[in-house]
Amino acid sequence: MCRTGGVPDPAGDEASTHAAFTALLEDSAEDLYESAPCGFLSTMMDGTIAKINHTLLDWLGLDRRAVIGRMRFTDLLTVGGRLYHETHFAPLLRMQGELRGIALEMKRRGGGRLPVLVSAVIKHGVGGEPLLIRITVLDASDRRAYEEELLRRRQEAERSRAEAERARAEADEARRQAEADRARLADALAVLQRSLVPDSLPAVPGLETAVYYHAASPDQLGGDFYDLFPVAGDRWAFFLGDVCGKGPEAASLTSLTRYTLRAAAHHDPDPAAALATLNAVLHERYTAGGNPRYCTCVFGIVEPGRGQGPTTVRLASGGHPPALVLRADGRAEFLPTPGGMLVGVLPGAPIGTAQTVLADGDTIVLYTDGLTEARTGPGRDDLFGEDALRAFAAEHAPAAPHEVITALTGLLKRFGDGLGDDTALLALGAPATPSPAHPARTS
Amino acid sequence: MDVRHRNNVKVTGRDDGPVLVLAHGFGCDQNMWRLVVPALAERYRLVLFDYVGSGGSALSAWSEERYSSLHGYARDVVEVCEELDLRRAVFVGHSVSAMVGVLAAQAAPERIGALVMVTPSPCYIDDEEYRGGFSTEDIEELLASLEANYLGWSSAMAPVIMGNPERPELGQELTNSFCATDPDIARVFARTTFLTDSRDDLKSVSVPTLVLECEQDAIAPREVGAYVHAAIGSSRLVTLAATGHCPQLSAPEATTEAILGFLDTIR
Repeated sequence: MCRTGGVPDPAGDEASTHAAFTALLEDSAEDLYESAPCGFLSTMMDGTIAKINHTLLDWLGLDRRAVIGRMRFTDLLTVGGRLYHETHFAPLLRMQGELRGIALEMKRRGGGRLPVLVSAVIKHGVGGEPLLIRITVLDASDRRAYEEELLRRRQEAERSRAEAERARAEADEARRQAEADRARLADALAVLQRSLVPDSLPAVPGLETAVYYHAASPDQLGGDFYDLFPVAGDRWAFFLGDVCGKGPEAASLTSLTRYTLRAAAHHDPDPAAALATLNAVLHERYTAGGNPRYCTCVFGIVEPGRGQGPTTVRLASGGHPPALVLRADGRAEFLPTPGGMLVGVLPGAPIGTAQTVLADGDTIVLYTDGLTEARTGPGRDDLFGEDALRAFAAEHAPAAPHEVITALTGLLKRFGDGLGDDTALLALGAPATPSPAHPARTS
Repeated sequence: MDVRHRNNVKVTGRDDGPVLVLAHGFGCDQNMWRLVVPALAERYRLVLFDYVGSGGSALSAWSEERYSSLHGYARDVVEVCEELDLRRAVFVGHSVSAMVGVLAAQAAPERIGALVMVTPSPCYIDDEEYRGGFSTEDIEELLASLEANYLGWSSAMAPVIMGNPERPELGQELTNSFCATDPDIARVFARTTFLTDSRDDLKSVSVPTLVLECEQDAIAPREVGAYVHAAIGSSRLVTLAATGHCPQLSAPEATTEAILGFLDTIR
């Protein structure tokens, strides 16, 4: 084995270590006990202090003569520490014979407190009987500060959690309240809505009828309306339309429109005259006052043939999509009412008119643009449209009113989210096999 | 839930002996009785249990509402007695359990025929002429001491403690487990123990009663022992030459002797 320079000579190393140990040995066991960097004390089994080191006396500011044989271990503790000692420390020590790392507080002279960590062990005699308790005390001021910080943080987290919990409960309550309010509002709106469109249609002798109303939103009053009612001389008036806007304002416009048309129909059952009256009323009520409001509407008078003759229909329209007729022979056609304008915008607005005869098995359908403007694709212009509607009708013709409405209702459902607006459908038909009356069907 | 499981009920001693129910106080569990069990078991049938929230009890059965009142603990006692169909048993209650026994005897007089109150106190807080030994601030300080030692308790250790109620050999990791419990539960038990004033309930006791006190007790001083003895007409007071609040641990022979002596007088 060769040795290279720079590595200390082990023999010399040994000599210096020996010298260091010799110096250490001067640190007597007694001095180590008294001046160790931790507190030591020994007590009798009843807690009376028999021995205590200088370090601990110094920490607590106590005089040895006042302690030995005069004080118990618990006398060094704060009241809380004493209670903890009696309920946990002492029983555990008795049961386990030893105990480590218990956090306590000791009293210092002058009223201060010293946070400590205490370990204890029971020394037994040769016969196994407990003789005394040896206790080591570590100054835990810094550690306790750190632990208190941890505890404080945990309590803060706990508080935050409780607050979050409370906030969540409050939000839940608010949401429940909002849902209840919304349900109440929806109920009120449903009642109002029913006052704007009849729940069911009256039975009309010699005529089959069916109707369907789709509200785009349960918490918005719709803007579509329709009605069917008798006027003089076995004739029946009907109308279907769409006011501008939605909500309460649209509802008040609908209400005015409906009762104006009903009154006008009794006064003069000519369809164009009824719409002219409506135009004058809406113009006076809204547009002239600087708040233009209007509607589109088809108004008609039907005179059922009841087996005695043809069923005739006369229509007037102001800016409304054309009525659709499904013939008994399987054709489907629009019944145009050219020249009609929105009702209520201009004084004396032009009104389009048309008339037709319904043979047995023919059905006329009125609808609002919710149907034709239903979205069928992603693009802005992907709308269902009048051509598709006519083709759809042709597929189903001939069809009685309730069959048409059922088919169209199915179509509306298939539009799904594409159906963005309110939609009203009203169908009147001359029975294929004439009978005195058919009950109305509504959905 | 099965009461035997819920309260970690253990029955030992003579099958044909009269029944002693041993109830631990605040801090630890039924192991508190281990040094007096052998001598008592020679002549008596012993029922040991842990209050819900302590020792090997089922923590899932604990609720703050029930165990914020000593009556909740008394219900544990009555339910254990009912489960075992005990009649006229001797209830031995340590510390706060002594008062729990008083409440249990009120609730089910047919179940409890005698009381042994080991270092009892009906009220720990001074009140005018009454000397309980503590002020409200002192109790707050105890709660702070509890907080400081929560760090020794960890939720990871709880299953080890709870899943091993027998604890045949204490491993290193189970050190201090006799007195380990969920900090939130310990806080509620501490508040209930030290802030309840049950002095009025002492008057209800009519069964033979032994009041055991220690010469030096930091928690239940001599004045309190005298108060309890004076308030219960049917009581005997025995002062043990012992120090501390747990004579069943610090002076087990003297404690056993006092209990057996008392039992002899009532049989």
